Amino acid sequence: MSEPRAVTAAAGPRRWGYLAEFDSVDALLAAVEKVRDAGLVRFDAYAPFPVHGLDESMGLRTSRLPLVVLGGGIAGAAAALVMQWWMNAFDYRYIISGKPFFGLPVAIPITFELTILLAAVGGFLGLWVANRLPELYHPVFASARFRARATTDSFFVAVQADDPKFDAAGTRLLLEVAGARQVEEVEDE
Amino acid sequence: MSAQPFLPDNTVEAPGKRAPLVLGGNDFASVTEKVCGIVERPRPPRAWYVAFAISSALTALLVAVVGYLFLAGIGVWGLNIPVGWGFDITTFVFWVGIGHAGTLISAILFLFRQKWRTGINRFAEAMTIFAVMCAGMFPAIHTGRPWFDYWLFPYPNQMYVWPNFRSPLLWDVFAVSTYFTVSLMFWYTGMIPDLATLRDRATTRVRKIAYGVLSLGWRGSGRHWHRYERVYLLLAALATPLVLSVHSVVSFDFAVAQLPGWHSTIFPPYFVAGAIFSGFAMVITLLVPVRAFFGLKDLVTTRHLDNMAKITLATGLMVAYAYGVEFFMAWYSGNPFERFALANRALGPYAWAFWIMIGCNVVAPQAFWFKKARTTPWMLVGVSVLINIGMWFERFVIIVSSLSRDYLPSSWGYYKPTWVELCTLAGSFGLFMTLFLLFLRFGPMIAMAEVKSVMPAAGLERGPHHGHGQYWGEIPHQHDPQKGDARP
Repeated sequence: MSEPRAVTAAAGPRRWGYLAEFDSVDALLAAVEKVRDAGLVRFDAYAPFPVHGLDESMGLRTSRLPLVVLGGGIAGAAAALVMQWWMNAFDYRYIISGKPFFGLPVAIPITFELTILLAAVGGFLGLWVANRLPELYHPVFASARFRARATTDSFFVAVQADDPKFDAAGTRLLLEVAGARQVEEVEDE
Repeated sequence: MSAQPFLPDNTVEAPGKRAPLVLGGNDFASVTEKVCGIVERPRPPRAWYVAFAISSALTALLVAVVGYLFLAGIGVWGLNIPVGWGFDITTFVFWVGIGHAGTLISAILFLFRQKWRTGINRFAEAMTIFAVMCAGMFPAIHTGRPWFDYWLFPYPNQMYVWPNFRSPLLWDVFAVSTYFTVSLMFWYTGMIPDLATLRDRATTRVRKIAYGVLSLGWRGSGRHWHRYERVYLLLAALATPLVLSVHSVVSFDFAVAQLPGWHSTIFPPYFVAGAIFSGFAMVITLLVPVRAFFGLKDLVTTRHLDNMAKITLATGLMVAYAYGVEFFMAWYSGNPFERFALANRALGPYAWAFWIMIGCNVVAPQAFWFKKARTTPWMLVGVSVLINIGMWFERFVIIVSSLSRDYLPSSWGYYKPTWVELCTLAGSFGLFMTLFLLFLRFGPMIAMAEVKSVMPAAGLERGPHHGHGQYWGEIPHQHDPQKGDARP
């Protein structure tokens, strides 16, 4: 989003990794499978929309975020029930139209709402925590082609240089053979 | 705006083939160009300014009349015993209901894997958010001392009392505030990839910073998309029962009371159907002019309108059925008060409102049986506006006709709104339209990432993958005789 940062560190720019650009969904998926099968682990794919089957091609494990959502829901239900019982039937009991101080049917609507609310908040916050966002700077943004097209119509694969199986020449060749339109070296500060 | 190319008719059903949802030879880049182009124009078109001038004037009127209400008190409204709820709660229920279509389109149609929702969901969700904001205002201002509205929430206080959780009115506080919060999170989550697109295309410093911060640094990572889709599916699954619960809880405000005409078990489903009915009518009312005006007929196609009209018709029939059941139950119950309440509704002093309701909600939507009416823009808008009017009157009829004549004839009355209430109603439309116009100007009004994901180049036909939250799971074995598919 911004211009590539001027490199000021005395050590000079450090190679972050390679960024390879692909033309189509099919090329992206094929390339990702090659990268995965080569044993690289510190890689990522970039697409302007959720690509069908990309997670399988990347070999991603199923996310555990649903457990966070479940936890939020359980917490919401418990909090709502305890809150209603404690406030109306324990801490300050007052008689309204002869109704019982606490009744499960009467407590259900608010219990339901808070279950949904905390489950949704859990999923929402969990998503950004797990994705480590907001993160306004990232090395891939240094690439002009990435900034121009990654969220519009182009597909990228990035392989990080700190991957144990990374090899400056070999990895570049792998990406080129996989059908990359161009492979770019990305630097980090 | 721009001249539209010839667009094929995609409302025709071809067996075994999905109708295209994006027309006009668009590719990924042109979808981005089209949607972002609206936001990136240096100046909005003149009609936008005209609409904005009118709507912000109405919003100013709203501020003025609400200020007057706060200074002078509730007496400036026409409310008095026996009618303690009038325009305020009618308009509250109306706006909450409008919001429901947005959640239905974004969450329920998502779960039902209705891919056509991608063209309209962003727009409809924005409508939800703004409608719920308008709705939430009414209960807040109708309390006699609105500066104590925070008493609605259970917080530790020096008075050592807690709210009464046995009252449906408090359930309403929780339902509407949960609904607003969840809708907002759902809307924002869906919008982040599109905000990132706007960020990447931004040319001015202000835009770069604004969209950069709002998009949280989204970069379209496959690992992010994976979790994103998972959570989006779960949010949809949570929003679905939520939206059904919200209008159910609103209906409890009435159904739990002892008043003839309110005390009815049919209210929750009846209110939910009515909410979706009115909400779809509002989406059509807004979307038809916007798509024509901004040249979006290739993304929001005739098929989208056709589908929305069909849902409007279906929910309209449910509403009509509920009207019938109310009368049947009043007669069948043998309860003289109930019988009187319903007879009074159709023939009493508010019969004029009742027959407006019947005309607009039962008669008018029957036009949608005809394809001509479902695909002709002016007919769609005409019927939808009538439905909106009818649904406002439905709430008015339920609330006011029931309150004005209950058990004791000596305390009957007739409610008339004052100019303050009429201005507040008009002002709420102004607020709604103002927010909406600002959204059209600064936000991505079509979910670009989602539209792209249902385009042929996204590789939908690649084969069956199921159960990973990808709602575009294709019909697994498309029958295509030309390819010699052996499957029947």
